[in-house]
Amino acid sequence: MTSSDTDGTLSGYDPDGYYCEVYGLPERPLGETERTRQRLDRIPLDQLRTRAADAERELYNFGITFTVYTQKDAVDRILPFDVIPRLISARDWKTIETGVKQRVATINAFLGDIYGPGKAIKDGIIPGELVYENPNYRPEMEGFRPPLGTYAHIDGTDIVRDHLGDFRVLEDNARTPSGVSYVVENRHLMQRAFPDLMTGTGIRPVSNYGQKLHEALAELAPKEILDPQVALLSPGVFNSAYFEHIFLAREMGVPLVEGRDLVVQADDRVFMRTVAGLKPVDVIYRRINDDFLDPQAFNPESMLGVPGLFAAYRKGKVALANAVGTGVADDKAVYAYMPRLISYYLGEEPILANVDTHICREPEGLRYTLDHLQDLVVKPVGEAGGYGITVGPRATQEELDACRTALRDDPANYISQPMVRLSVCPTLTDEGVAPRHVDLRPFAITGESTWVLPGGLTRVALRKGSIVVNSSQGGGSKDTWVLE
Amino acid sequence: MAGSSLLSRYAEAIFWMARYVERAENLARILDVHESFSRDMHGGRNWGAIVQLYADEKAFSVRHDEPSTEAVLNFYILDDSNPGSIVQLVKAARENARSLRPLISTEMWINLNTFYNRMRALRPEDVAEERITRLCGAIKESCQSHTGITEGTFYRDEGWYFYQLGRLIERADQTTRLLDVKYHLLLPNLEDVGTNLDISQWNALLRSAAGYHAFRRIHPSGMSPAKASSFLLFNPLFPRSVTACVDLMDETLTDLRAQYRLRGGAAALEALDELRAVYGDTSIETILKRGLHEFLDWTQMRLIDVGSALGHDFFGYAPTQAQTQTQEA
Repeated sequence: MTSSDTDGTLSGYDPDGYYCEVYGLPERPLGETERTRQRLDRIPLDQLRTRAADAERELYNFGITFTVYTQKDAVDRILPFDVIPRLISARDWKTIETGVKQRVATINAFLGDIYGPGKAIKDGIIPGELVYENPNYRPEMEGFRPPLGTYAHIDGTDIVRDHLGDFRVLEDNARTPSGVSYVVENRHLMQRAFPDLMTGTGIRPVSNYGQKLHEALAELAPKEILDPQVALLSPGVFNSAYFEHIFLAREMGVPLVEGRDLVVQADDRVFMRTVAGLKPVDVIYRRINDDFLDPQAFNPESMLGVPGLFAAYRKGKVALANAVGTGVADDKAVYAYMPRLISYYLGEEPILANVDTHICREPEGLRYTLDHLQDLVVKPVGEAGGYGITVGPRATQEELDACRTALRDDPANYISQPMVRLSVCPTLTDEGVAPRHVDLRPFAITGESTWVLPGGLTRVALRKGSIVVNSSQGGGSKDTWVLE
Repeated sequence: MAGSSLLSRYAEAIFWMARYVERAENLARILDVHESFSRDMHGGRNWGAIVQLYADEKAFSVRHDEPSTEAVLNFYILDDSNPGSIVQLVKAARENARSLRPLISTEMWINLNTFYNRMRALRPEDVAEERITRLCGAIKESCQSHTGITEGTFYRDEGWYFYQLGRLIERADQTTRLLDVKYHLLLPNLEDVGTNLDISQWNALLRSAAGYHAFRRIHPSGMSPAKASSFLLFNPLFPRSVTACVDLMDETLTDLRAQYRLRGGAAALEALDELRAVYGDTSIETILKRGLHEFLDWTQMRLIDVGSALGHDFFGYAPTQAQTQTQEA
């Protein structure tokens, strides 16, 4: 589709057969986005570039960075920002919002089940070995019901859109999903750089994420505590997501603590060390993995954790978000069973479909994968951040051979999926405004109920043709507008 | 105001961020004033005095044979392996600021971050002798930008008090060192006392402490070791004098304890009381007679006591244990 209706900045834009998040499909163009398109079209390309450069400089100056470590130094890098927003109509948002809530409810029901009665396993919905032999399964959680029965208080759902415009869930992130700081900061950046584009367009706000998070966390505190002290537990300045920890602590107005700031007393209460002595802490939003949380309960080598924290948690003296042991729910192998788990726990059809998934631990899945390697995306189940992925249709013969060997050596470590023809969004590139593939990570907060931040992190693969959107692999981000 | 909930770790990091910046500023002042002294000397220049001043003889001799101008300037400005070099001091301030980002203003962070990047980009030719005054001026100004931005943007809770305490304790300590450069280590030959050379060195010293004009307002004419030393030690209105720093520390700590109902800090106040008593009761003549260097040493020891007491009561341990301290070792 060529947007022949314009002769401005967008005139040469052609989504090339993919679904476009701004234009829609040629036969079903999106009416809701028309005004933004027209306004964007009238901003000359050189001005767009100037404003983009200003916005990037601002990211540096504000320190909205993630840290990359080299042998010698710590380098602060920004997540590249694309100034053309991704638009989501109110109708599409309704689908995403209800779909995410359904997914979160299922994840929480599933976790409550596997650490409790184990019904889904007994009923043959999911193989027990996939759960109990999963490295992220925490037997220490068995028989313990966390506050409100919720495990994944903060959940991120990675969603893509196929060439027909249908949403599909690529991955759940139920441990410590990151990226929400960019959602809010990208909006602030757009408000400063493109006030003319936003005026008069009804865009749902994202700036209250910190308040919503604080409210939900406060709900987890033991009931007798009237004014609970919430703290954010970070591994510290060397963590690559440290900026986000700072951001969240500031937005919530709570202290950012490290393990060494906390101490568990003999009565199993948790305290932080202040200049006035020890102060009780009631709820901890921890951005530190299960393994490192408490050297007494988990990895004894951990220098980042707090000895005795897990015991305090199990006794209900302190609440943790997210709960321990949620990693089993967002595992790539368990993911394949999510549609069935949704029906099983909620008695509902999935609102957001999965991408079809072949489980290589199962002989038929492995056989199918090996037979169709050149058409499939093969992913290791344990890795995050886009590492170790083989994209069949784009791979060289050597890469395919290496993948085949890896699959035969350790089939249980892989799943495969057909290559989704990811949707695109107009993006500012060296050749002008061109289509680039995008995904979406909405964030859901669950206290007494679930709230989904209207928006989410849109990641964009800045390299032409690339479908890997991870920041470590040349991805950037966009502001995401949910239209009223 | 209700009780405090400032984490001990933050209090310590704020205290040290302030100290490191203040130390970098003063080191720039000391190098600059020494450069001015050297210029007027007849022949033999004593850059080794700076090394003695900071008790760095051992560390210095590992890297250099002779305290040449080049070696000393390199050691105190650029040397990555010297924790007391300006590059490393600014780096330490920045690392503390990094852990404080949840508390400090974005502007404070940007300022220290870019300051560090400028320092890191310095090359050996940038610290050549002929450029040193200019470079030291730029470093001083960067430190002062930090102080100014902090004054203008830092939220005035308990953290602010610890910032003030760090800055003041370091400033008092550094003023004693600045004075020591002139009086103890560059002690002129007896026949030089009162000569043009001696006078011009005292003038330079006061200028490097930004105190020359203020000094002239109270002493419109004349210059003597007693007058200049007295000004740097006792003048209550000169912000870099030891008395001014110690008085303000006392006030700050008293306020902090009252505002936030803190039990800690009593030992530090006692140490400050001792300093104030001696500074209030001793004349400059007595001090010069008994030995200025010894008096400065004694002052430095008391300031270390104050720092240790603060560390014990508020940071959970003595600051000497927590962060690398080269000059107080």
